[in-house]
Amino acid sequence: MSFWTRHQIFEKNSIVLVAGILVVIAIGGLVEITPLFYLKSTIEKVDGVRPYTPLELAGRNVYVREGCYLCHSQMVRPLRDEVERYGHYSLAAESMYDHPFQWGSKRTGPDLARVGGKYSDEWHVTHLNNPRAIVPQSVMPGYAFLSQTEIDEAGVAAHLRTNRTVGVPYTDDQVANAVADLKAQADPDNAGVDAFTKRYPKAVARNFDGKSGAPTEMDALVAYLQMLGTLVDFKLYNEKANLR
Amino acid sequence: MTQSQTAKSMTHGEAGLVLVFSISAFLCLFAAANAQDAPFAFHAFLSSAASLAAVIVIGNRYFARTSLPPQEINGRPNYNLGPIKFSAVMAVFWGIAGFAVGLLIASQLAWPALNLDLPWTSFGRLRPLHTSAVIFAFGGNVLIATSFYVVQKTCRVRLAGDLAPWFVVVGYNFFILVAGTGYLLGITQSKEYAEPEWYADLWLTIVWVVYLLVFLVTIIKRKEPHIFVANWFYLAFIVTIAVLHLGNNPALPVSVFGSKSYIAWGGVQDAMFQWWYGHNAVGFFLTAGFLAIMYYFIPKRAERPIYSYRLSIIHFWALIFLYIWAGPHHLHYTALPDWAQTLGMTFSIMLWMPSWGGMINGLMTLSGAWDKLRTDPVLRMLVVSVAFYGMSTFEGPMMSIKVVNSLSHYTDWTIGHVHSGALGWVGFVSFGALYCLVPWLWDRKGLYSLKLVNWHFWTATIGIVLYISAMWVSGILQGLMWRAYTSLGFLEYSFIETVEAMHPFYIIRAAGGALFLIGSLIMAYNLWMTVHAGEAEVQSPVALQPAE
Repeated sequence: MSFWTRHQIFEKNSIVLVAGILVVIAIGGLVEITPLFYLKSTIEKVDGVRPYTPLELAGRNVYVREGCYLCHSQMVRPLRDEVERYGHYSLAAESMYDHPFQWGSKRTGPDLARVGGKYSDEWHVTHLNNPRAIVPQSVMPGYAFLSQTEIDEAGVAAHLRTNRTVGVPYTDDQVANAVADLKAQADPDNAGVDAFTKRYPKAVARNFDGKSGAPTEMDALVAYLQMLGTLVDFKLYNEKANLR
Repeated sequence: MTQSQTAKSMTHGEAGLVLVFSISAFLCLFAAANAQDAPFAFHAFLSSAASLAAVIVIGNRYFARTSLPPQEINGRPNYNLGPIKFSAVMAVFWGIAGFAVGLLIASQLAWPALNLDLPWTSFGRLRPLHTSAVIFAFGGNVLIATSFYVVQKTCRVRLAGDLAPWFVVVGYNFFILVAGTGYLLGITQSKEYAEPEWYADLWLTIVWVVYLLVFLVTIIKRKEPHIFVANWFYLAFIVTIAVLHLGNNPALPVSVFGSKSYIAWGGVQDAMFQWWYGHNAVGFFLTAGFLAIMYYFIPKRAERPIYSYRLSIIHFWALIFLYIWAGPHHLHYTALPDWAQTLGMTFSIMLWMPSWGGMINGLMTLSGAWDKLRTDPVLRMLVVSVAFYGMSTFEGPMMSIKVVNSLSHYTDWTIGHVHSGALGWVGFVSFGALYCLVPWLWDRKGLYSLKLVNWHFWTATIGIVLYISAMWVSGILQGLMWRAYTSLGFLEYSFIETVEAMHPFYIIRAAGGALFLIGSLIMAYNLWMTVHAGEAEVQSPVALQPAE
């Protein structure tokens, strides 16, 4: 019986055909995806990466909602020009608490993986309000409406809890103090700032949008942008130990 | 007229759906009342209203009907064409909407003032609307319409299910409505081409399972011993999209009464899942599904058999086996481990072979009928689509090579590549299929005007050429500018200088998009006139009876 005759089993039995399709399409995905969950070398061992603060997480959600990832990547590739332009190439560990990941696929604007600390808060607020006020050639939309929207404080703890369920190691302490931490980070004079920075090492409490009152989406987004790429100290990073 | 109560009772399908939709109407109303955010409330209200409408429509149909449409009339299958007509009309509608939004966002990149700085009109929210409208709304409706048509004709039986096919076409378009309005309101999980949030994903899962069942059961009850080639590709498309959808989208909502959810996968694993999904949305939605169209409509229109049956067997298995590996080429030089990147690249290059095998099979079907290209612009459109398929399936493997990708990635070259496939291949093969399908569905002798098809063909072709050449130049230019060094060893250009350099190409691209949109408007007019002013096909005694 030739190969072509044997193939008729697929041509004449719909269920066999469906089973054949399922087997054939399963192989590639299984081989490429499953090892990423158990190979220890997938995510580098580094110090400093922590879950997002409640304010940063709220900012990240604004970033997701407005589709920032459609024009800005968060993934510096290990190429000479990129490392010189943006900083150390991105590690898998730096996005291990990202649900979803925000690596992006297009750079209509520059990469943002290490934008944290490069510009002042005021620069960001002015730029987000009207990008062409600072960069005349920019094609970015303006986001002035972010300053007018306050963060919904009531739901913050639920966001942390949900993240914890999908694998982000938030502590009970962090979940219980979510609202207090949200307020503290946007207000440097808040009494809870010390407790907040103890819970989130390297986090900075500032009045990001420069306005008084409850934390706005502008506060949150700027807080998020200002922490991007700042968690790992690359002076201490052991490149050889993490060679893959 | 009062119906006689004898010999008429609700089918299980009717009774079940009325019950399910009645419960759903109340549940959605309850969800709307408890909603945590305004967009969720809006979608819950919309779903409640839609459920109520479904109950009314099903009820009305029951009271108006005498008996169910027969499976056969005079020994010939009584094909079910109603849902196909609906899907075909929706395809034209969503196509125009999707192309128009594409033109708008292309113009926003050239003239950013068009963002209006409002949340609902900014590029970041409109871009998913554009991609979903063209891929899932336009492409999806074309695939559903053609698959329901092809599977009936090639199995010589009426479509399985009574209400089920209607549930699929209406349910699918309702999913599009929820997804699209969601984007404008800022509801997205930010996974490209899988942006809809958890509740829309759940609804799509239900619709898709019913779609698979309708298609599969129709094949199971076929009157032909063999399953036709096109149906293998449709089946691979439906089955694999289900697997991809389930793999990429598991998410935990913050509240069951709120729209926001967090995806189960994180960081590098999420990236790999996403591009496993993303590339195979291309491979199985935009390729396998439309190859099925190629395998039915080109032989039909050219009145020639498929060039090689054996080539189609090899084409089919090789294509679906290799495609699924190609995802990591979207993640070259990222934090994805190198072994995965290398696998992705290797399989992407191998993928060139089955792709061109399929192209050859499509093109060579015209052996002995090449002269028809001169006289039949619809066939020309179908054939040129296959040529574009060949071009972009060469370009794709080339761009998946890591060194090439280091230049092309993150630039407009990717956008150009996508559009040579989307406008040239998917767009043209869909237009060709619609030009064939509409006269068949509405029993017309032929199209209202072949001359207008010719106009559509040339406007759209010039539009595509402008679009992709502008993106090649801007992409390669930007990639080279990013890596340019001065003689002293400094980076030569700031990022914003590379943005400024894109401006003329963005204008050319928008012009190309405008031509493509104009072409689709010509098509819509032509199809409208075909239905409303076309000459009716003379019914011969053996002619098929429309279902509705």
